[in-house]
Amino acid sequence: MTKTGYYGNWGGAFIPEVLYETFRELNTAFEQAKKEPAFWQEYTDLMSTYSCRPTPLTHAENLSRHFGGAQIYIKREDLNHTGAHKANNVMGQGLLVKRMGKKRVIAETGAGQHGVATATMAAKFGFDCTIYMGEEDVMRQRPNVFWMEKLGATVVPVTSGSKTLKDAINEAFRDWVTDMDDTHYVMGTVCGPHPFPEMVAWFQSIIGMEARKQILSQFGSLPSRVFACVGGGSNAMGVFQGFLDDADVELVGVEAGGKGLESGQHASRLAGKDGSAGVAQGYKTMFLQDGDGQMCDTHSVAAGLDYVGVSPILTDLWEKRRVRFAAATDSEVMDALELTMKKEGIIPALESTHAFVQAFKEAGQLNEKQAILINMSGRGDKDIFTIANAFDDPSWKEFIIGKGAEYAA
Amino acid sequence: MQLEEYIKKTRADKNILLMTHIVLGYTSLEVNREVIRQMVENGVDLIEMQIPFSEPMADGPVIVKANQEAIETGTKVRQCFDFAAEMTAAHDIPFLFMTYYNILYQYGVEQFFKDSKKIGIKGFIIPDLPPEEGEEFFRLSREYGIDPIMIYAPTSTEERMKYLAGYGSGFIYCVARKGVTGKQTDFDKDFGSYMKRCRNSTTMPLAVGFGISSREDVETLVGIADIAVIGTKTIKVVEEEGIDAVGSFISSLR
Ligand SMILES: Cc1ncc(COP(=O)(O)O)c(C=O)c1O
Repeated sequence: MTKTGYYGNWGGAFIPEVLYETFRELNTAFEQAKKEPAFWQEYTDLMSTYSCRPTPLTHAENLSRHFGGAQIYIKREDLNHTGAHKANNVMGQGLLVKRMGKKRVIAETGAGQHGVATATMAAKFGFDCTIYMGEEDVMRQRPNVFWMEKLGATVVPVTSGSKTLKDAINEAFRDWVTDMDDTHYVMGTVCGPHPFPEMVAWFQSIIGMEARKQILSQFGSLPSRVFACVGGGSNAMGVFQGFLDDADVELVGVEAGGKGLESGQHASRLAGKDGSAGVAQGYKTMFLQDGDGQMCDTHSVAAGLDYVGVSPILTDLWEKRRVRFAAATDSEVMDALELTMKKEGIIPALESTHAFVQAFKEAGQLNEKQAILINMSGRGDKDIFTIANAFDDPSWKEFIIGKGAEYAA
Repeated sequence: MQLEEYIKKTRADKNILLMTHIVLGYTSLEVNREVIRQMVENGVDLIEMQIPFSEPMADGPVIVKANQEAIETGTKVRQCFDFAAEMTAAHDIPFLFMTYYNILYQYGVEQFFKDSKKIGIKGFIIPDLPPEEGEEFFRLSREYGIDPIMIYAPTSTEERMKYLAGYGSGFIYCVARKGVTGKQTDFDKDFGSYMKRCRNSTTMPLAVGFGISSREDVETLVGIADIAVIGTKTIKVVEEEGIDAVGSFISSLR
């Protein structure tokens, strides 16, 4: 039997003693909620009235024709409230916070999507809200900071370490160990100490449940392959869970290849050779670290994938060869984004576009009687500053310069 | 001599012992060497040496920054061992390693014990390794005779404390309050009842740390604890007043 909170060799709960009681409470509340069908019902009701669940499955006919292979289907998590799958997890944890009677939520955020989703949840449920965000991410995702603040959250820029997602997680933990009695930490992905990986995967499993039903009814059979981008791994776990028991459905996780797997500037913990087993941020998984165990700086054009660790559940599925891993580079992402916009009128987030890259590479290997499914974890129009910058768009630059002059005056 | 025995013996002449904390490689091993010399000269009874880690989750801003800068200036785990070997040879007080579990994990947990034993390290403080995750660690600590220092928190129930004590030896590190290292601690009524709970749960000596920075703080702990732990404050003294201020700061504490 595997130990509680372990997935094969991975996971666990490496937490400081001061949080022991808090985790005990959280485990109890979560175990209880899992047993009650009414809780899941309350969750899906909330998601169908406050967000857009079930999110549609779109047949991308133009892209399918373009690649001349498999039929491409896109699961539209971008159509969630706040524009990404992050809302699923956040609203679920919000319901759990209500049950536990806590009054304040904190969260880390990379791209800002999880922060914005948490801020909306806090506003709706009447919780105080503090969001920790690496200073570097505050700079690249400024519009999300604006929205979090407008929604009533306090955004704390994190200046320690590499000033990105992992440092925001450390800071959120430091807040939590100070103030655990009335505060819940809304972990944004399937990482961290048990029960977070299991809990977040459970809330996100709604994606896969819907997607499985939808592809069976729209396409008539299961997809040959399912693609999802992997930062911490929550959208990937969400969609994969719908197909884990279908041995013929190949599951593909796509990590950030950054400037290339050989460049040292990427965030590929499983697809490349740079990852190694370690324990940090409360759990055991494959990390990008040096020989001493110091975490490395990672790089990706997509802030939400720019992270040193990966879900212990996915590491286990990778080790067992149930999930295959690939990486997409920054420049491949920009090309795939442009193509998707032009062909389908759909704007995936930079994170999500990583999944598109790999799907596009493989679509041609299959025939038109087969289908592949891409989980589009979020929408890209929120990334307008980053995307415009990555495209080096001249008219956008002119606009910003003009705006700058206007504000400076 | 095991830590518990040393502490009990030393306590016979002193109403409270002092344990200081330093971050290895911050600002440099040369600075560490001089700081430790002054600490020992001024009567410090135990020293915990933190091997820097990039994700020091349980530490506050001052120690976080020290960890980060130590790593940035190139401090390697190997060098920490060499330096520690030099310290244990030069000074006649017990030295402990404090660090996070990943440092041991990458080094090889058993190798870490072996090498620590060889250089005379007496105990380990690993704040992110609860007994539930430390099967190998606790087995090896018995095998190599290095004391695993267990941590109590104000949120620990007496039942939990007893459970933790069953895994530890040497002494218990009682975190004085919730939160991370570095902030001032109020020794209020709650603190009194917390310390009573600590006492009831173990016969091991008790160290109290987090936010202890002055003679008054140390005096408050006399009769309640066996060891006062000075962490962040010495880093601040060095930063603000220079290395030479360490000796007089330490001697002002008791
Ligand atoms: C749109 C989007 N997709 C994907 C991710 C990556 O997270 P995960 O791997 O947990 O789905 C993020 C994270 O911020 C995101 O905003």
